[in-house]
Amino acid sequence: MKHHPTSAKFPSNARTALADPVLQGALRNLKKGFPVKRAEVVADLPEFEALRDVARDIKDHTLNHLDAYLEIYEANVVRSGGQVHWARTAEEACETVMTICRDAGARIVTKGKSMVAEEIGLNAYLDTRGIERVETDLGEYIIQLRDEPPSHIIVPAVHVTKEQIGETFRAAHNGLDPNRDLSEAREITDEARDRLRQKFFAAEVGITGANFLVAENGSSIIVTNEGNGDLTQTLAKVHIVVASLEKLVPTMEDAMAVLRLLARSSTGQEFSVYTTVSNGPRRPADLDGPESYHVVLVDNGRTAMLGTENQDMLRCIRCAACMNHCPVYSAVGGHAYGWVYPGPMGAVLTPSLIGIENSGHLPHASTFCGQCEQVCPMKIPLTKMMRHYRNQAYASGHGSKISRIALGMWSYLATHPGLYRRVMKIVARGLRWFAGRRGSLSRVPLAGGWTEMRDLPAPEGETFMERYRRERGRGPGQ
Amino acid sequence: MSAAREQILSGIRKALGRGPLDETGLAPIRQRLQGHSRHIIPARVNLDAEGLVELFISKARGVSATVEAVADMAAVPQAVARYLTQENLPARLVQAPGLADMDWSLAPTIAARSGLAEEPDEVGLTPAVAGVAETGTLLLTSGPETPTTLNFVPPTHIVVLRRDQIVGAYEDAWDRLRVNTLLAGRQPRAANFITGPSRTGDIEQKIQIGVHGPLRLHIVIVEC
Repeated sequence: MKHHPTSAKFPSNARTALADPVLQGALRNLKKGFPVKRAEVVADLPEFEALRDVARDIKDHTLNHLDAYLEIYEANVVRSGGQVHWARTAEEACETVMTICRDAGARIVTKGKSMVAEEIGLNAYLDTRGIERVETDLGEYIIQLRDEPPSHIIVPAVHVTKEQIGETFRAAHNGLDPNRDLSEAREITDEARDRLRQKFFAAEVGITGANFLVAENGSSIIVTNEGNGDLTQTLAKVHIVVASLEKLVPTMEDAMAVLRLLARSSTGQEFSVYTTVSNGPRRPADLDGPESYHVVLVDNGRTAMLGTENQDMLRCIRCAACMNHCPVYSAVGGHAYGWVYPGPMGAVLTPSLIGIENSGHLPHASTFCGQCEQVCPMKIPLTKMMRHYRNQAYASGHGSKISRIALGMWSYLATHPGLYRRVMKIVARGLRWFAGRRGSLSRVPLAGGWTEMRDLPAPEGETFMERYRRERGRGPGQ
Repeated sequence: MSAAREQILSGIRKALGRGPLDETGLAPIRQRLQGHSRHIIPARVNLDAEGLVELFISKARGVSATVEAVADMAAVPQAVARYLTQENLPARLVQAPGLADMDWSLAPTIAARSGLAEEPDEVGLTPAVAGVAETGTLLLTSGPETPTTLNFVPPTHIVVLRRDQIVGAYEDAWDRLRVNTLLAGRQPRAANFITGPSRTGDIEQKIQIGVHGPLRLHIVIVEC
């Protein structure tokens, strides 16, 4: 099934998510998990902050010389016996993958977790062309059986409970004892291992993404914990790497500097279990490994981001720290964002890739608390970029009429200080009077969206300027 | 699809507001690629050889690997036999062809075969290029002597690591590989940094050890 973007419906998606008790339980788990582990391992690496600057500079340098590094990278892939295919669009990328699969006579294709594959719609593309596609990351496998899109870029099935997974497996895995125990994660994991084993050995083609492409030697690097990516690429006859242009780094030393940030920021591990550097097909005397190695380099909107205010987003290494720490993501989960990339990185990347007209609400899905920027290993100015999209959405006439009128009034007030002070005096006293003894308001004109789910604490009755004058009158030091 | 290639490259240049880099523009890039200059290396690896071994062992245990040290290569077969008994595993293994001079007559209960791993092989035995103390990570490479399937197919992976192979940082390990690569004239197809047995948190974020890769990673450190 193809999952169409529903980002434009963020408000109604969010409402559904807030009313879903299963999802809310999963999100509470998430909040207690990754951020806590991240804080522990970051505290254990005093160099972490300095490495963030290093990592930002590595990516900035690469992006500013991207054409040169891509050419060097390509030459080195060819030197190691592999092939590079360039794809301008999602469609071109999918066609290229399909052509390679057809040439390999593929019936079964195993696939490691790849966000860019989700982005280009590769799954639906293969499924509708007679390929049996098997997701091999446990989380991806679960949501493939449930025909759902991922709701998190690291733990794609974070919204599913183990009871639901047990039911899904019972329905999907024929030929097993229907009364078998699937109540615990252990049994579920073992059953998935057994099932997927057969597929790893049967597949003609294995597809993985890439966390890094290394110009120095033409290698691709994937970072995983389960070992599925390694079985996918080692056991199939053909290994296809699908990677977007900005995965490039110049050297192994550059990759290692960023790797020190990746797992720590992502799952709170010091290092992922498997960091695999792949370089071309099997060598003549090798006993195993793929016979051919292809890289599909995907642009799909990246070059259009270069040289613009969106370029910083191309530093993103898809660690998910921003969403793991985001109060909005923690409240509504990933599906509400309506496309492949959720959370703060999605709120910036989605409009860059599918256009603000298809994702108008996402840059508003933030309280601007700035927590995402604090934890972003690549120092991407996420809130600044969301603000840029908010401006753009306003300028092009998006948003409700009421909010536009309110914003217009606000901007007039905010640029006329005398009037602002007079109006605020009235508003502060008025709200206090309306709130009465409760000290909070459950309904405020023009702010229905805000007060629908919560009360507005009423002002004290005095404006900041009034208080400032009064306090300053007392003189310094008091 | 060379039209796509040309269009992407020219799109990048247009976005960056310049044409293709000339020799002067390419010089710093070539220098960077050849210089292999390192970024910040964590101070935790500023230790003597003894300290690095200790750090490696404690980090590897921290990610659920098991570690034991033996005096010399001749002691490895018996150590492996003891481990398999203790874990209640069959006394059969597949070893990397690179370990062919291992003397299994010292552990006569073990049936050892050399080659790649297939289903339903239970135990894989391999050497490593290096052990990285920084995070208790092993570096293994593919090759005729060291098939990659041994690292991933059997549910138990035993690695023989010489004490003098333990280094501080990932960069140190990669430098060892670069030296080997220069001698062989080519980079291996795969280089695997392995940090503990396979794991997942995909089910309600509870960590399960042993998914598609090995359930057990046992490291035998050989003193000399």
